[in-house]
Amino acid sequence: MTLSVNTLFFASYRDLVGASTLEVELSEGATVGDLVDELRRRGAPFDALPEEPAVAVNQTYALLDEPLGPGDEVAFIPPVAGG
Amino acid sequence: MSARVVHCAVGPDVIDPVDVLSRVGSDEDGAALLFVGVVRNHADGRPVSGMRYDAYAEMARKELASIAHEAAQRLGTDRVAVEHRTGELSIGDVSVAIAVSSPHRAESFDAARYVIEEIKKRLPVWKKEHYDDGSDGWVEGTVPPGTGRRVPAMPDAEVEG
Repeated sequence: MTLSVNTLFFASYRDLVGASTLEVELSEGATVGDLVDELRRRGAPFDALPEEPAVAVNQTYALLDEPLGPGDEVAFIPPVAGG
Repeated sequence: MSARVVHCAVGPDVIDPVDVLSRVGSDEDGAALLFVGVVRNHADGRPVSGMRYDAYAEMARKELASIAHEAAQRLGTDRVAVEHRTGELSIGDVSVAIAVSSPHRAESFDAARYVIEEIKKRLPVWKKEHYDDGSDGWVEGTVPPGTGRRVPAMPDAEVEG
């Protein structure tokens, strides 16, 4: 069984990856950390993403061992600089 | 106690600080405070010609509303109004405006300060500086709290018997 999540990249991460969205297939029971590992395993440019990036799942900040569900929106959040 | 907030916005519209200030205030309030963040023409000694603000807009609206509600709890009134702008801004443009009001000044200063500091810690917004020499660069930011590798390990709990 697999689950599909929609990943979003912003600001410097979008520049790095060269895309703002990407659909990723993961095994059932996968966590945010598994998603990060899966992307980094793909090699360039994804291996330039940090090992422990800040992420938000469905628009709420999340730790990397948060489990993912089908259709979740996972945003990779570079260090923020509002104001 | 649940706090209502007067006004919150994140988007490309030009910010009118007087309008933001006019959204707070009441006959009970002896203090009203307006903070305005403005694009300046230098960064770390380097001349800057402008700034682009990117946001994860849907999340930024929710996060800004949370910050404003937390500020309202500290303020003890529901009079909090805050706007954050996105898009291309020029030197002197207003990037953020925060207005609060309360019966006494201490709570207003505290709440307005809380809002701007939390924006800098948590709001999913990024800025790219445009330098006078034609180059540009993302401004170094802050890692938001509540993110990272794993849940902190809990100390073993004593089981009461």
